[in-house]
Amino acid sequence: MSLKDISTSVPKKDHKGKVSGQLPYISDVKVENMVYGVLVRSPIAYGKIKSIQLPTLPEGYEAVGAEHISGPNYVKIIQEDQPIFANEWVNYIGEPIFMLVGKDLNILYSLLDEVKIDFEEHQAVYTLDEAIQQKSASGITMATYEFGESLETIAAIELGAHQIIEEEYDTGYQEHVYLEPQGMLAIYKEDEIVVQGSMQCLYYIKNALISALDCGADDVRVVQSPTGGGFGGKEEFPSMMACHVAVAAKAVKKSVMLVFDRSEDMVVTTKRHPAKLNYRTALDKEGNILSMCVDIYLDGGANAGLSQVVLQRALINSAGVYNIPHFHAKGYVLKTNTVPNGAFRGFGAPQSFAGIESHIGHLSKLGNFDPLEYKRKYLVKQGDPTITKGIFRDPILVEDMIEDLLNASQYKTKKAEFQRNNPKNQRYKKGVGTSLFLHGCGFTGSGERDHIKATVKLVKSKDDRVSLKISNSDMGQGIYTTLSKIVAKELDLPYERVLYPDPDTKEVPDSGPTVASRTTMIVGKLLERAAKKLKAQWQSGVDQEVFEHYVHREMIPWDEKTFTGDAYPAYSWGVNIVEVEVDTLTGNIKLEKVYGNYEVGKVIDERIMKGQIDGGLAQGLAYGYLEKMTSKQGRIQQKSISDYGPPTAMDVVSIDSKVFDNPYADGPYGAKGAGELTLIGGAPAVQAAIEDALQTSFQQIPITPEVIIESLWRKEGEKG
Amino acid sequence: MIKFTLNGRIVETDAPPTARLLDLIRDEFELIGTKEGCGEGECGACSVFVNNLLQNSCLIPIGAIAGADIQTIEGIMETEQFKLLDESYSNAGGVQCGYCIPGMIMASAALLSNNPHPSEAEIRDGISGNLCRCTGYNMIVDAINLAAKKGDGLWQKK
Repeated sequence: MSLKDISTSVPKKDHKGKVSGQLPYISDVKVENMVYGVLVRSPIAYGKIKSIQLPTLPEGYEAVGAEHISGPNYVKIIQEDQPIFANEWVNYIGEPIFMLVGKDLNILYSLLDEVKIDFEEHQAVYTLDEAIQQKSASGITMATYEFGESLETIAAIELGAHQIIEEEYDTGYQEHVYLEPQGMLAIYKEDEIVVQGSMQCLYYIKNALISALDCGADDVRVVQSPTGGGFGGKEEFPSMMACHVAVAAKAVKKSVMLVFDRSEDMVVTTKRHPAKLNYRTALDKEGNILSMCVDIYLDGGANAGLSQVVLQRALINSAGVYNIPHFHAKGYVLKTNTVPNGAFRGFGAPQSFAGIESHIGHLSKLGNFDPLEYKRKYLVKQGDPTITKGIFRDPILVEDMIEDLLNASQYKTKKAEFQRNNPKNQRYKKGVGTSLFLHGCGFTGSGERDHIKATVKLVKSKDDRVSLKISNSDMGQGIYTTLSKIVAKELDLPYERVLYPDPDTKEVPDSGPTVASRTTMIVGKLLERAAKKLKAQWQSGVDQEVFEHYVHREMIPWDEKTFTGDAYPAYSWGVNIVEVEVDTLTGNIKLEKVYGNYEVGKVIDERIMKGQIDGGLAQGLAYGYLEKMTSKQGRIQQKSISDYGPPTAMDVVSIDSKVFDNPYADGPYGAKGAGELTLIGGAPAVQAAIEDALQTSFQQIPITPEVIIESLWRKEGEKG
Repeated sequence: MIKFTLNGRIVETDAPPTARLLDLIRDEFELIGTKEGCGEGECGACSVFVNNLLQNSCLIPIGAIAGADIQTIEGIMETEQFKLLDESYSNAGGVQCGYCIPGMIMASAALLSNNPHPSEAEIRDGISGNLCRCTGYNMIVDAINLAAKKGDGLWQKK
């Protein structure tokens, strides 16, 4: 198959093995001399371990703990605050204390019940609200940033303002619910430990292992198994599991498998940070914005993890797609004694967009503007500064995308129709809402240059097949296919002759983690360049290798301390329009129509892009009204899929979407990032649609039936 | 000793009657196409046919299947129906991470065998017991629609 237009879809590389179920995910793997591991976890939220009493272990069963760790006892992420095995203090319910290993899982589970641990319990911080009250206390604030217009200037503007609007907005947890639960296997060999499993970031894991095992780079090897969904949930979390199995394998000299069942996965793995966003906006008489202050609080959970980077992205997106005069923002990650929160598709941006779209929507109502018209007044344009004093360099097509979507969805007609008909229907109310959003592609700031330093490699064999040697994971998003297409097209080679074997750190250089909507844009561009290089020196029938290294295009340099500069090299954009019907008796929401227009530079495969749109939007919409996870006294309350409620096929409707071309010079064939963008607009659009239907305002997501009913009662009470 | 038919072959097991059919299929008979997603009958990744009915194998104790006819994805892989679903899922882009897909294929086959020309609502209902977190379902719905259209005659009940 040769490729005329890069966007034309091709069969996915891994289709056959997936459709037949014969592609082995980690839980399908069995190796010789393999034992299982189960983790003994803290039942309390905060306290000191006084003593541990083990049951008599049958032969072949062993306990592995902190004393078996050769290196420092923490999982190498950013800060050194996450123990591999807690050895004195425990900081959240579910924190691993030690591991029991042995052949039979049933025996391990019954041994688990017999372990007795005495704790000295201490007063825990359970909620974000408690943490906000105590944010000045030692150890509570894990990261903080502040930037923008000076508060003195804003105070002066506020003095002359017609009114000042303050809103507080809350977002909840979101759980990834990748269909394949987390799993990791350490294969024990005399001279190396091979860690294999479900993961997004091979070198994060490798570096964590080198630290934990205190070993050389050649003593550990990381291999990605087919990965059954990631969504960020397999970004940093698998590093901890990898340390568990590798330490255990070294201790017992056997291969050790650790696979979570769904309830363990839901309770102990990272989630999207719950957030509180405070807005304070000065308006003039006509309802125009004079200034805006935003404070963002993220619930980090018990360890820092990646939270500070999540906060950075939340803050950078705190003004949405708008050019707001005199904007100031401050953010905090606060520690609570709850399960650590981490990466999730969007990485801080979904909270910020839900908040700012909600707030701007509410401001528009104050001035009796149509929300979309009001938003358009503030839409950023090419050449405008970003809130961090960077620049929106490239053409912005959002106006065209809005116009197109207004026509496709008949927005104005529908809105008028709903307004006319809603009073006639006592029980069912219809509404339409919009969201405008962007996503900064790639790592924040200078991360690519300073931390990642990606390298890619192409290997050509004698039979003139070319293999991609990179450390990026296909977790379902389709990079085996899209990246292979880029190389095939550049080399003018049939797509079938380009191979992308499961990454193995023994074979692949560090091309960076599979995160941050960077893979297509950054790694894809490196591959495009590598392929050009290979083509120039192509010799048929000969083994050849080429490397290509990341080169940073200097813009306005990013300074993390002052929070200024170009936060991202490029941005992808989106517009959503959503129609809902609200049942005022039950509070149930029915999606009626969903529209999306996107601009991601250039689409590398139309079908894969549509998959990203539909799947991302389903998650984003559900984040707004369906998926609810809570923690009570430090304990996650939803331990099963049905308790939590991710969408089924019955909850979703067909999505009408279109993608606009706007090639980006530093992306392969003009492509930018796409994976995270598609989630971001869902929640704010669904909230706006529910508000339109009920002619009310909400200050939180998810807007569950309970929230709707409560709001209807309150409205009733106000009337009466 | 429990005796039953697995993918057309009569088999026996010494596993205790309380063992889950899912574990038996995966561990003793080493058929990996049936996946575990939740272990509570909520996600459908472990879907199999028990006497031609779609069931979650994680909820079935093997004591309950003595004499039953069990089919897993491996048992239908050579059929014309599977080949059509395979092609339709590929053309419609129904597969992302793939973990739900064998179960989804089983549910698709069950649906089309009972209702060769389902409406969109019937398709959504037919796969509502199968969770997918990647696709948002629409391209899977398209795939089943495609298989229904192309498979004229193929799905008629025998």
